[in-house]
Amino acid sequence: MTGALRLVLALLALVPTGARAQAEQIVLGLSANEVAITAVFDGSDILIFGAVKRDGPPLGPAPLEVIITVSGPLTPVTVRRKARVWGLWLNTAAALIDAAPSFYAVATTGPLDQVLTQTEDLRQSITIPRAIRSVGNSVTDSADFTEALIRIRAGQGLYRIMQGEIDFTEETLFRTQISLPANLIEGEYDTRIFLTRNGLVVDRYEAKIDVRKVGIERWLFNLAHQHPPAYAALALALAIAAGWGASAAFQVLRR
Amino acid sequence: MLLYLPIAEVSVNAFLLFGIGGLVGVLSGMFGVGGGFLITPLLFLIGVPPAVAVATSANQVMASSFSALLGHLRRRNVDMPMGLVLVAGGLVGSAAGVALFNWLKQAGQVDLLVKLCYVVFLGTVGGLMLVESLRAILRARAGVPPTRRRHNWVHNLPLKVKFRVSGLYISVIPPVMVGMLVGVLAAIMGVGGGFIMVPAMIYLLGMPTKVVIGTSLLQILFVTAFTTILHAVTNQTVDLVLALLLILGGVIGAQIGTRIGARMKAEQLRVFLALLVLAVCLQLAVGLVLRPSELYSAEREGAL
Repeated sequence: MTGALRLVLALLALVPTGARAQAEQIVLGLSANEVAITAVFDGSDILIFGAVKRDGPPLGPAPLEVIITVSGPLTPVTVRRKARVWGLWLNTAAALIDAAPSFYAVATTGPLDQVLTQTEDLRQSITIPRAIRSVGNSVTDSADFTEALIRIRAGQGLYRIMQGEIDFTEETLFRTQISLPANLIEGEYDTRIFLTRNGLVVDRYEAKIDVRKVGIERWLFNLAHQHPPAYAALALALAIAAGWGASAAFQVLRR
Repeated sequence: MLLYLPIAEVSVNAFLLFGIGGLVGVLSGMFGVGGGFLITPLLFLIGVPPAVAVATSANQVMASSFSALLGHLRRRNVDMPMGLVLVAGGLVGSAAGVALFNWLKQAGQVDLLVKLCYVVFLGTVGGLMLVESLRAILRARAGVPPTRRRHNWVHNLPLKVKFRVSGLYISVIPPVMVGMLVGVLAAIMGVGGGFIMVPAMIYLLGMPTKVVIGTSLLQILFVTAFTTILHAVTNQTVDLVLALLLILGGVIGAQIGTRIGARMKAEQLRVFLALLVLAVCLQLAVGLVLRPSELYSAEREGAL
Protein backbone atom coordinates (compact mmCIF):
# COMPACT_ATOMS: atom_id res chain seq x y z
CA MET A 1 0.00 0.00 0.00
CA THR A 2 2.60 2.46 1.07
CA GLY A 3 4.75 1.28 -1.81
CA ALA A 4 1.97 2.05 -4.27
CA LEU A 5 1.44 5.54 -2.82
CA ARG A 6 5.10 6.23 -3.07
CA LEU A 7 5.02 5.28 -6.73
CA VAL A 8 2.12 7.61 -7.41
CA LEU A 9 3.92 10.48 -5.68
CA ALA A 10 7.08 9.74 -7.66
CA LEU A 11 5.09 9.74 -10.88
CA LEU A 12 3.46 13.03 -9.93
CA ALA A 13 6.87 14.51 -9.31
CA LEU A 14 7.92 13.48 -12.79
CA VAL A 15 5.14 15.51 -14.41
CA PRO A 16 6.86 18.64 -15.74
CA THR A 17 5.88 21.79 -13.88
CA GLY A 18 5.23 23.49 -17.18
CA ALA A 19 2.08 21.40 -17.49
CA ARG A 20 0.87 23.13 -14.31
CA ALA A 21 -0.02 19.94 -12.54
CA GLN A 22 -0.54 21.58 -9.14
CA ALA A 23 -3.85 21.15 -7.52
CA GLU A 24 -4.23 24.87 -6.96
CA GLN A 25 -3.48 27.30 -9.75
CA ILE A 26 -3.66 31.03 -10.25
CA VAL A 27 -5.88 32.60 -12.89
CA LEU A 28 -5.01 36.26 -13.20
CA GLY A 29 -6.54 39.50 -14.37
CA LEU A 30 -5.00 42.96 -14.53
CA SER A 31 -6.97 46.16 -14.91
CA ALA A 32 -4.29 47.31 -17.35
CA ASN A 33 -1.17 45.73 -18.76
CA GLU A 34 0.01 49.05 -20.10
CA VAL A 35 0.54 52.35 -18.35
CA ALA A 36 0.90 55.36 -20.61
CA ILE A 37 2.93 58.26 -19.23
CA THR A 38 1.39 61.38 -20.70
CA ALA A 39 2.35 65.00 -20.01
CA VAL A 40 -0.20 65.22 -17.20
CA PHE A 41 0.60 61.79 -15.72
CA ASP A 42 0.20 61.93 -11.94
CA GLY A 43 0.32 58.26 -11.02
CA SER A 44 -1.87 55.33 -11.85
CA ASP A 45 -3.78 52.67 -9.95
CA ILE A 46 -3.41 49.10 -11.11
CA LEU A 47 -6.07 46.64 -10.05
CA ILE A 48 -4.68 43.14 -9.78
CA PHE A 49 -7.32 40.44 -9.37
CA GLY A 50 -7.64 36.75 -9.95
CA ALA A 51 -8.89 33.43 -8.75
CA VAL A 52 -7.48 30.16 -7.50
CA LYS A 53 -8.49 27.28 -9.74
CA ARG A 54 -8.72 23.93 -8.05
CA ASP A 55 -10.35 20.58 -8.68
CA GLY A 56 -11.79 19.90 -5.24
CA PRO A 57 -12.16 21.68 -1.90
CA PRO A 58 -9.16 23.62 -0.51
CA LEU A 59 -6.29 21.30 0.34
CA GLY A 60 -4.96 20.98 3.84
CA PRO A 61 -5.94 22.57 7.11
CA ALA A 62 -3.61 25.59 6.84
CA PRO A 63 -5.16 28.58 5.07
CA LEU A 64 -4.08 29.53 1.57
CA GLU A 65 -2.37 32.94 1.32
CA VAL A 66 -1.58 35.28 -1.58
CA ILE A 67 1.46 37.52 -2.09
CA ILE A 68 1.65 39.98 -4.99
CA THR A 69 4.79 41.89 -5.94
CA VAL A 70 5.20 44.62 -8.55
CA SER A 71 8.76 45.55 -9.46
CA GLY A 72 10.00 48.39 -11.65
CA PRO A 73 13.08 48.08 -13.88
CA LEU A 74 16.32 47.20 -12.09
CA THR A 75 19.13 49.75 -12.23
CA PRO A 76 22.43 50.16 -10.42
CA VAL A 77 22.34 52.73 -7.62
CA THR A 78 25.19 54.57 -5.92
CA VAL A 79 24.52 55.16 -2.23
CA ARG A 80 26.73 57.71 -0.50
CA ARG A 81 27.22 58.33 3.19
CA LYS A 82 28.17 61.62 4.80
CA ALA A 83 30.50 61.98 7.75
CA ARG A 84 31.95 64.94 9.59
CA VAL A 85 35.41 66.00 8.40
CA TRP A 86 36.92 69.20 9.82
CA GLY A 87 33.50 70.40 10.82
CA LEU A 88 31.94 69.85 7.39
CA TRP A 89 29.53 67.10 6.39
CA LEU A 90 31.01 65.43 3.33
CA ASN A 91 30.32 62.30 1.32
CA THR A 92 33.03 60.02 2.67
CA ALA A 93 31.85 56.54 1.72
CA ALA A 94 29.96 55.14 -1.23
CA ALA A 95 28.62 51.74 -2.20
CA LEU A 96 27.43 50.64 -5.60
CA ILE A 97 24.32 48.52 -5.39
CA ASP A 98 24.31 46.34 -8.49
CA ALA A 99 20.60 46.22 -9.13
CA ALA A 100 17.73 47.81 -7.27
CA PRO A 101 14.17 48.11 -8.55
CA SER A 102 13.11 51.68 -9.27
CA PHE A 103 9.74 50.77 -7.74
CA TYR A 104 8.73 47.84 -5.57
CA ALA A 105 5.49 46.94 -3.85
CA VAL A 106 4.66 43.80 -1.90
CA ALA A 107 1.01 43.14 -1.03
CA THR A 108 -0.08 40.17 1.09
CA THR A 109 -3.16 38.66 2.67
CA GLY A 110 -1.53 38.60 6.11
CA PRO A 111 1.65 39.46 8.04
CA LEU A 112 4.64 38.67 5.84
CA ASP A 113 6.45 36.53 8.42
CA GLN A 114 3.38 34.29 8.64
CA VAL A 115 2.60 33.90 4.94
CA LEU A 116 6.18 33.31 3.86
CA THR A 117 9.12 31.38 5.29
CA GLN A 118 12.62 32.83 5.12
CA THR A 119 13.89 30.03 2.92
CA GLU A 120 11.07 30.58 0.47
CA ASP A 121 11.83 34.31 0.51
CA LEU A 122 15.47 33.55 -0.30
CA ARG A 123 14.42 31.28 -3.14
CA GLN A 124 11.85 33.60 -4.71
CA SER A 125 13.28 37.02 -3.70
CA ILE A 126 9.97 38.41 -2.53
CA THR A 127 10.61 40.94 0.26
CA ILE A 128 12.23 44.30 -0.49
CA PRO A 129 15.73 43.48 0.89
CA ARG A 130 15.73 40.29 -1.20
CA ALA A 131 14.70 42.19 -4.33
CA ILE A 132 17.84 44.35 -4.15
CA ARG A 133 20.97 42.70 -5.43
CA SER A 134 24.21 43.86 -3.88
CA VAL A 135 27.24 41.65 -4.33
CA GLY A 136 30.95 42.20 -4.39
CA ASN A 137 30.93 45.48 -2.51
CA SER A 138 34.23 46.65 -1.10
CA VAL A 139 32.48 48.49 1.73
CA THR A 140 32.46 46.42 4.92
CA ASP A 141 29.08 47.58 6.15
CA SER A 142 27.28 47.29 2.82
CA ALA A 143 24.09 46.18 4.61
CA ASP A 144 23.80 49.71 6.06
CA PHE A 145 23.84 51.13 2.54
CA THR A 146 21.11 48.75 1.35
CA GLU A 147 19.02 49.65 4.40
CA ALA A 148 19.54 53.34 3.69
CA LEU A 149 18.41 52.88 0.09
CA ILE A 150 15.23 51.13 1.27
CA ARG A 151 14.60 53.88 3.83
CA ILE A 152 15.08 56.64 1.24
CA ARG A 153 12.92 55.02 -1.41
CA ALA A 154 10.22 54.05 1.09
CA GLY A 155 10.15 57.71 2.12
CA GLN A 156 9.57 58.66 -1.53
CA GLY A 157 6.73 56.16 -1.81
CA LEU A 158 8.72 54.01 -4.20
CA TYR A 159 9.08 50.97 -1.93
CA ARG A 160 5.93 49.75 -0.23
CA ILE A 161 4.93 46.91 2.02
CA MET A 162 1.17 46.41 1.99
CA GLN A 163 0.58 43.65 4.54
CA GLY A 164 -2.97 42.34 4.70
CA GLU A 165 -4.06 44.55 1.82
CA ILE A 166 -5.18 41.79 -0.52
CA ASP A 167 -8.88 40.92 -0.31
CA PHE A 168 -9.13 37.15 -0.39
CA THR A 169 -12.60 35.61 -0.32
CA GLU A 170 -13.35 31.92 0.20
CA GLU A 171 -9.68 31.14 -0.49
CA THR A 172 -10.63 31.59 -4.14
CA LEU A 173 -11.02 35.20 -5.30
CA PHE A 174 -8.33 37.76 -4.59
CA ARG A 175 -7.94 41.41 -5.51
CA THR A 176 -5.70 44.31 -4.57
CA GLN A 177 -4.96 47.77 -5.84
CA ILE A 178 -1.40 48.99 -6.30
CA SER A 179 -0.98 52.69 -6.86
CA LEU A 180 1.99 53.57 -9.01
CA PRO A 181 3.46 56.97 -8.05
CA ALA A 182 3.83 59.90 -10.45
CA ASN A 183 7.64 59.67 -10.54
CA LEU A 184 7.74 56.39 -12.49
CA ILE A 185 10.46 55.48 -14.88
CA GLU A 186 9.81 53.68 -18.14
CA GLY A 187 10.14 49.96 -18.56
CA GLU A 188 8.54 46.61 -17.88
CA TYR A 189 7.07 46.26 -14.41
CA ASP A 190 7.20 42.60 -13.39
CA THR A 191 4.11 41.50 -11.54
CA ARG A 192 4.36 38.23 -9.61
CA ILE A 193 1.62 36.42 -7.74
CA PHE A 194 2.46 33.68 -5.24
CA LEU A 195 0.07 31.26 -3.56
CA THR A 196 1.48 30.05 -0.26
CA ARG A 197 0.42 27.53 2.31
CA ASN A 198 2.33 27.09 5.58
CA GLY A 199 4.69 29.73 4.27
CA LEU A 200 5.64 27.65 1.25
CA VAL A 201 4.93 28.65 -2.33
CA VAL A 202 2.43 26.30 -3.99
CA ASP A 203 1.99 28.20 -7.25
CA ARG A 204 3.33 31.31 -8.91
CA TYR A 205 2.26 33.38 -11.88
CA GLU A 206 3.96 36.24 -13.67
CA ALA A 207 2.70 39.05 -15.83
CA LYS A 208 4.25 42.25 -17.15
CA ILE A 209 2.91 45.77 -17.02
CA ASP A 210 4.42 47.92 -19.73
CA VAL A 211 5.05 51.49 -18.60
CA ARG A 212 5.75 53.76 -21.58
CA LYS A 213 5.91 57.44 -22.33
CA VAL A 214 3.47 58.45 -25.06
CA GLY A 215 2.72 61.49 -27.19
CA ILE A 216 4.81 64.62 -26.62
CA GLU A 217 6.74 62.94 -23.78
CA ARG A 218 7.81 60.12 -26.09
CA TRP A 219 8.67 62.52 -28.89
CA LEU A 220 10.84 64.78 -26.72
CA PHE A 221 12.62 61.85 -25.08
CA ASN A 222 13.43 60.27 -28.45
CA LEU A 223 14.56 63.56 -29.94
CA ALA A 224 16.84 64.25 -26.97
CA HIS A 225 18.49 60.85 -27.24
CA GLN A 226 18.51 60.22 -30.98
CA HIS A 227 19.08 63.73 -32.37
CA PRO A 228 20.88 65.72 -29.65
CA PRO A 229 21.92 68.62 -31.93
CA ALA A 230 18.34 69.10 -33.13
CA TYR A 231 17.16 68.98 -29.52
CA ALA A 232 19.77 71.56 -28.49
CA ALA A 233 18.68 73.81 -31.35
CA LEU A 234 15.07 73.45 -30.23
CA ALA A 235 16.05 74.39 -26.66
CA LEU A 236 17.87 77.52 -27.89
CA ALA A 237 15.01 78.49 -30.21
CA LEU A 238 12.53 78.07 -27.38
CA ALA A 239 14.55 80.29 -25.05
CA ILE A 240 15.08 83.01 -27.66
CA ALA A 241 11.45 82.97 -28.82
CA ALA A 242 10.14 83.11 -25.24
CA GLY A 243 12.54 85.89 -24.27
CA TRP A 244 11.68 87.96 -27.33
CA GLY A 245 7.96 87.22 -27.02
CA ALA A 246 7.78 88.40 -23.41
CA SER A 247 9.80 91.50 -24.19
CA ALA A 248 7.56 92.38 -27.16
CA ALA A 249 4.39 91.65 -25.20
CA PHE A 250 5.46 93.99 -22.41
CA GLN A 251 6.30 96.70 -24.95
CA VAL A 252 2.73 96.49 -26.27
CA LEU A 253 1.29 96.48 -22.74
CA ARG A 254 3.24 99.58 -21.80
CA ARG A 255 1.75 101.64 -24.61
CA MET B 1 -1.60 70.74 -11.75
CA LEU B 2 1.03 68.02 -11.97
CA LEU B 3 3.17 67.66 -15.06
CA TYR B 4 5.42 64.72 -15.95
CA LEU B 5 8.89 65.78 -17.08
CA PRO B 6 10.08 63.52 -19.93
CA ILE B 7 13.84 63.78 -19.29
CA ALA B 8 13.88 64.21 -15.50
CA GLU B 9 11.30 61.40 -15.18
CA VAL B 10 9.58 62.99 -12.23
CA SER B 11 6.20 64.61 -11.83
CA VAL B 12 6.09 68.15 -10.47
CA ASN B 13 3.57 70.91 -9.85
CA ALA B 14 3.40 73.19 -12.91
CA PHE B 15 2.45 76.31 -10.93
CA LEU B 16 5.32 75.82 -8.52
CA LEU B 17 7.78 75.73 -11.44
CA PHE B 18 6.13 78.77 -12.99
CA GLY B 19 6.51 80.60 -9.67
CA ILE B 20 10.18 79.68 -9.29
CA GLY B 21 10.83 80.85 -12.86
CA GLY B 22 9.00 84.11 -12.20
CA LEU B 23 10.86 84.88 -8.98
CA VAL B 24 14.24 84.25 -10.55
CA GLY B 25 13.21 86.27 -13.62
CA VAL B 26 12.44 89.32 -11.48
CA LEU B 27 15.89 89.10 -9.88
CA SER B 28 17.47 88.64 -13.29
CA GLY B 29 15.89 91.82 -14.67
CA MET B 30 16.67 93.84 -11.54
CA PHE B 31 20.28 92.88 -10.96
CA GLY B 32 21.57 91.51 -14.25
CA VAL B 33 22.31 88.14 -12.68
CA GLY B 34 21.06 85.06 -14.49
CA GLY B 35 19.67 83.57 -11.30
CA GLY B 36 21.25 80.18 -11.87
CA PHE B 37 22.70 80.24 -8.37
CA LEU B 38 19.13 80.37 -7.03
CA ILE B 39 17.23 78.21 -9.48
CA THR B 40 19.55 75.19 -9.40
CA PRO B 41 19.28 74.66 -5.60
CA LEU B 42 15.50 75.27 -5.77
CA LEU B 43 15.14 72.55 -8.42
CA PHE B 44 17.16 70.14 -6.23
CA LEU B 45 14.70 70.87 -3.43
CA ILE B 46 11.62 69.86 -5.43
CA GLY B 47 13.21 66.57 -6.50
CA VAL B 48 14.64 67.22 -9.97
CA PRO B 49 17.82 65.13 -10.48
CA PRO B 50 20.94 67.35 -10.14
CA ALA B 51 22.25 66.75 -13.67
CA VAL B 52 18.91 67.74 -15.21
CA ALA B 53 18.55 70.71 -12.86
CA VAL B 54 21.96 72.14 -13.81
CA ALA B 55 21.47 71.67 -17.56
CA THR B 56 17.88 72.90 -17.68
CA SER B 57 18.50 75.96 -15.55
CA ALA B 58 21.15 77.01 -18.06
CA ASN B 59 18.43 76.96 -20.70
CA GLN B 60 16.03 78.92 -18.46
CA VAL B 61 18.67 81.50 -17.53
CA MET B 62 19.33 81.96 -21.23
CA ALA B 63 15.69 82.83 -21.93
CA SER B 64 15.25 85.23 -19.02
CA SER B 65 18.56 86.95 -19.70
CA PHE B 66 17.60 87.40 -23.37
CA SER B 67 14.28 88.92 -22.34
CA ALA B 68 16.00 91.25 -19.86
CA LEU B 69 18.73 92.06 -22.39
CA LEU B 70 16.14 93.31 -24.89
CA GLY B 71 14.75 95.58 -22.18
CA HIS B 72 18.24 96.99 -21.50
CA LEU B 73 19.05 97.33 -25.22
CA ARG B 74 16.06 99.63 -25.61
CA ARG B 75 17.39 101.76 -22.75
CA ARG B 76 20.85 101.75 -24.39
CA ASN B 77 22.35 100.22 -21.26
CA VAL B 78 24.48 97.68 -23.12
CA ASP B 79 28.11 98.22 -24.02
CA MET B 80 28.28 96.00 -27.11
CA PRO B 81 32.07 96.02 -27.73
CA MET B 82 32.73 95.34 -24.04
CA GLY B 83 30.11 92.56 -24.05
CA LEU B 84 31.68 90.87 -27.06
CA VAL B 85 35.15 91.00 -25.49
CA LEU B 86 33.73 89.39 -22.34
CA VAL B 87 31.89 86.74 -24.38
CA ALA B 88 35.07 85.83 -26.22
CA GLY B 89 36.85 85.25 -22.91
CA GLY B 90 33.78 83.52 -21.47
CA LEU B 91 33.48 80.89 -24.19
CA VAL B 92 37.15 79.91 -23.83
CA GLY B 93 36.74 79.83 -20.05
CA SER B 94 33.60 77.70 -20.02
CA ALA B 95 35.08 75.13 -22.41
CA ALA B 96 38.05 74.85 -20.04
CA GLY B 97 35.66 74.75 -17.09
CA VAL B 98 33.66 71.84 -18.50
CA ALA B 99 36.88 69.88 -18.99
CA LEU B 100 37.96 70.69 -15.41
CA PHE B 101 34.52 69.69 -14.10
CA ASN B 102 34.66 66.27 -15.80
CA TRP B 103 38.17 65.69 -14.50
CA LEU B 104 37.09 66.53 -10.92
CA LYS B 105 34.07 64.30 -11.28
CA GLN B 106 36.31 61.33 -11.94
CA ALA B 107 38.49 62.30 -8.97
CA GLY B 108 35.38 62.32 -6.70
CA GLN B 109 34.17 65.00 -4.30
CA VAL B 110 32.97 67.29 -7.08
CA ASP B 111 29.85 67.86 -5.00
CA LEU B 112 31.89 69.33 -2.17
CA LEU B 113 33.99 71.45 -4.49
CA VAL B 114 30.90 72.95 -6.09
CA LYS B 115 29.39 73.78 -2.72
CA LEU B 116 32.64 75.24 -1.36
CA CYS B 117 32.98 77.31 -4.55
CA TYR B 118 29.49 78.65 -3.93
CA VAL B 119 30.16 79.48 -0.29
CA VAL B 120 33.53 81.10 -0.91
CA PHE B 121 32.53 83.12 -3.97
CA LEU B 122 29.06 84.10 -2.83
CA GLY B 123 30.41 85.01 0.60
CA THR B 124 33.31 87.11 -0.67
CA VAL B 125 31.40 88.84 -3.43
CA GLY B 126 28.31 89.45 -1.30
CA GLY B 127 30.30 90.74 1.66
CA LEU B 128 32.48 93.11 -0.39
CA MET B 129 29.50 94.43 -2.27
CA LEU B 130 27.45 95.00 0.85
CA VAL B 131 30.23 96.95 2.57
CA GLU B 132 31.00 99.03 -0.53
CA SER B 133 27.40 99.89 -1.39
CA LEU B 134 26.51 100.78 2.20
CA ARG B 135 29.52 103.11 2.25
CA ALA B 136 28.37 104.67 -1.02
CA ILE B 137 24.91 105.27 0.40
CA LEU B 138 26.37 106.84 3.54
CA ARG B 139 28.66 109.04 1.44
CA ALA B 140 25.72 110.15 -0.69
CA ARG B 141 23.77 111.03 2.47
CA ALA B 142 26.72 113.00 3.83
CA GLY B 143 26.88 114.91 0.55
CA VAL B 144 30.40 113.86 -0.43
CA PRO B 145 30.73 113.54 -4.24
CA PRO B 146 31.53 109.95 -5.33
CA THR B 147 35.15 109.37 -6.24
CA ARG B 148 34.95 107.32 -9.40
CA ARG B 149 37.54 106.19 -11.90
CA ARG B 150 40.59 105.77 -9.79
CA HIS B 151 43.56 104.75 -11.85
CA ASN B 152 44.92 101.33 -10.92
CA TRP B 153 47.08 98.72 -12.64
CA VAL B 154 44.19 97.92 -14.98
CA HIS B 155 44.78 101.20 -16.77
CA ASN B 156 48.46 100.61 -17.47
CA LEU B 157 48.08 97.56 -19.76
CA PRO B 158 48.56 97.60 -23.54
CA LEU B 159 45.89 97.04 -26.28
CA LYS B 160 43.77 99.94 -25.11
CA VAL B 161 40.30 100.27 -26.61
CA LYS B 162 37.65 102.93 -26.21
CA PHE B 163 34.39 101.61 -24.68
CA ARG B 164 32.14 104.55 -25.38
CA VAL B 165 28.94 103.46 -23.56
CA SER B 166 30.91 102.70 -20.40
CA GLY B 167 32.97 105.85 -20.78
CA LEU B 168 36.19 103.84 -20.48
CA TYR B 169 39.48 103.77 -22.32
CA ILE B 170 41.19 100.61 -21.08
CA SER B 171 43.08 97.57 -22.28
CA VAL B 172 41.06 94.56 -23.54
CA ILE B 173 43.16 92.18 -21.41
CA PRO B 174 41.28 92.67 -18.10
CA PRO B 175 37.80 92.15 -19.64
CA VAL B 176 39.00 89.02 -21.45
CA MET B 177 40.46 87.70 -18.19
CA VAL B 178 37.25 88.48 -16.29
CA GLY B 179 35.22 86.74 -19.01
CA MET B 180 37.44 83.66 -18.85
CA LEU B 181 37.36 83.43 -15.05
CA VAL B 182 33.59 83.75 -15.08
CA GLY B 183 33.35 81.12 -17.83
CA VAL B 184 35.38 78.61 -15.80
CA LEU B 185 33.36 79.22 -12.64
CA ALA B 186 30.10 79.16 -14.60
CA ALA B 187 30.83 75.69 -15.92
CA ILE B 188 31.90 74.33 -12.53
CA MET B 189 29.05 75.88 -10.58
CA GLY B 190 26.39 75.45 -13.27
CA VAL B 191 25.46 79.12 -13.30
CA GLY B 192 25.64 82.08 -15.70
CA GLY B 193 28.18 83.84 -13.50
CA GLY B 194 26.49 87.25 -13.28
CA PHE B 195 26.96 87.47 -9.54
CA ILE B 196 30.74 87.34 -10.01
CA MET B 197 30.86 89.40 -13.19
CA VAL B 198 28.72 92.29 -12.00
CA PRO B 199 31.07 93.17 -9.11
CA ALA B 200 34.13 92.47 -11.26
CA MET B 201 32.91 94.93 -13.88
CA ILE B 202 32.03 97.57 -11.29
CA TYR B 203 35.11 97.33 -9.10
CA LEU B 204 37.81 95.94 -11.36
CA LEU B 205 36.93 97.56 -14.68
CA GLY B 206 35.23 100.63 -13.20
CA MET B 207 32.10 100.47 -15.37
CA PRO B 208 28.95 102.37 -14.32
CA THR B 209 26.36 100.07 -12.61
CA LYS B 210 23.56 100.76 -15.12
CA VAL B 211 25.71 99.64 -18.06
CA VAL B 212 27.15 96.71 -16.12
CA ILE B 213 23.79 94.98 -15.79
CA GLY B 214 22.88 95.10 -19.49
CA THR B 215 26.38 94.10 -20.54
CA SER B 216 26.60 91.23 -18.09
CA LEU B 217 23.29 89.92 -19.47
CA LEU B 218 24.85 89.79 -22.94
CA GLN B 219 27.71 87.68 -21.61
CA ILE B 220 25.33 85.42 -19.64
CA LEU B 221 23.19 84.87 -22.73
CA PHE B 222 26.12 83.53 -24.73
CA VAL B 223 27.66 81.46 -21.94
CA THR B 224 24.35 79.78 -21.04
CA ALA B 225 23.52 79.12 -24.69
CA PHE B 226 26.90 77.42 -25.03
CA THR B 227 26.37 75.43 -21.80
CA THR B 228 22.88 74.35 -22.91
CA ILE B 229 24.28 73.01 -26.19
CA LEU B 230 27.09 71.17 -24.39
CA HIS B 231 24.73 69.52 -21.90
CA ALA B 232 22.09 68.64 -24.52
CA VAL B 233 24.62 67.08 -26.88
CA THR B 234 26.85 65.26 -24.39
CA ASN B 235 24.53 64.24 -21.53
CA GLN B 236 20.95 64.64 -22.86
CA THR B 237 19.99 66.27 -19.58
CA VAL B 238 18.08 69.34 -20.81
CA ASP B 239 14.38 68.86 -20.03
CA LEU B 240 12.33 70.98 -22.43
CA VAL B 241 9.05 70.67 -20.51
CA LEU B 242 10.77 71.80 -17.32
CA ALA B 243 12.57 74.55 -19.24
CA LEU B 244 9.36 75.77 -20.86
CA LEU B 245 7.59 76.22 -17.52
CA LEU B 246 10.55 77.97 -15.91
CA ILE B 247 11.00 80.11 -19.01
CA LEU B 248 7.35 81.21 -19.10
CA GLY B 249 7.64 82.38 -15.51
CA GLY B 250 11.15 83.74 -16.06
CA VAL B 251 10.59 85.94 -19.12
CA ILE B 252 7.57 87.61 -17.53
CA GLY B 253 9.46 88.08 -14.28
CA ALA B 254 12.46 89.54 -16.12
CA GLN B 255 10.32 92.27 -17.69
CA ILE B 256 8.89 93.21 -14.31
CA GLY B 257 12.37 93.12 -12.79
CA THR B 258 13.82 95.43 -15.46
CA ARG B 259 11.13 98.00 -14.63
CA ILE B 260 11.71 97.75 -10.88
CA GLY B 261 15.45 98.07 -11.45
CA ALA B 262 15.02 101.22 -13.56
CA ARG B 263 13.25 102.94 -10.66
CA MET B 264 15.85 102.10 -8.03
CA LYS B 265 19.11 103.79 -7.17
CA ALA B 266 22.28 101.97 -8.16
CA GLU B 267 23.53 101.73 -4.55
CA GLN B 268 20.22 100.34 -3.37
CA LEU B 269 20.27 97.72 -6.12
CA ARG B 270 23.73 96.67 -5.03
CA VAL B 271 22.72 96.39 -1.36
CA PHE B 272 19.80 94.13 -2.28
CA LEU B 273 21.91 91.96 -4.57
CA ALA B 274 24.58 91.69 -1.88
CA LEU B 275 22.03 90.63 0.74
CA LEU B 276 20.54 88.06 -1.62
CA VAL B 277 23.95 86.59 -2.44
CA LEU B 278 24.85 86.43 1.27
CA ALA B 279 21.55 84.72 2.11
CA VAL B 280 22.17 81.93 -0.40
CA CYS B 281 25.77 81.63 0.82
CA LEU B 282 24.64 81.33 4.44
CA GLN B 283 22.05 78.71 3.58
CA LEU B 284 24.68 76.58 1.78
CA ALA B 285 27.24 77.05 4.56
CA VAL B 286 24.72 75.95 7.21
CA GLY B 287 23.96 72.88 5.09
CA LEU B 288 27.65 71.94 5.09
CA VAL B 289 28.12 72.44 8.84
CA LEU B 290 24.89 71.10 10.39
CA ARG B 291 24.31 67.37 10.76
CA PRO B 292 21.94 66.35 7.93
CA SER B 293 18.77 64.44 8.92
CA GLU B 294 19.63 61.67 6.43
CA LEU B 295 23.31 60.79 6.21
CA TYR B 296 22.81 58.67 3.10
CA SER B 297 21.86 59.69 -0.39
CA ALA B 298 20.99 57.49 -3.36
CA GLU B 299 21.60 58.21 -7.02
CA ARG B 300 20.28 56.09 -9.85
CA GLU B 301 22.96 55.18 -12.38
CA GLY B 302 22.25 54.53 -16.06
CA ALA B 303 19.83 51.74 -16.94
CA LEU B 304 21.13 48.18 -17.00
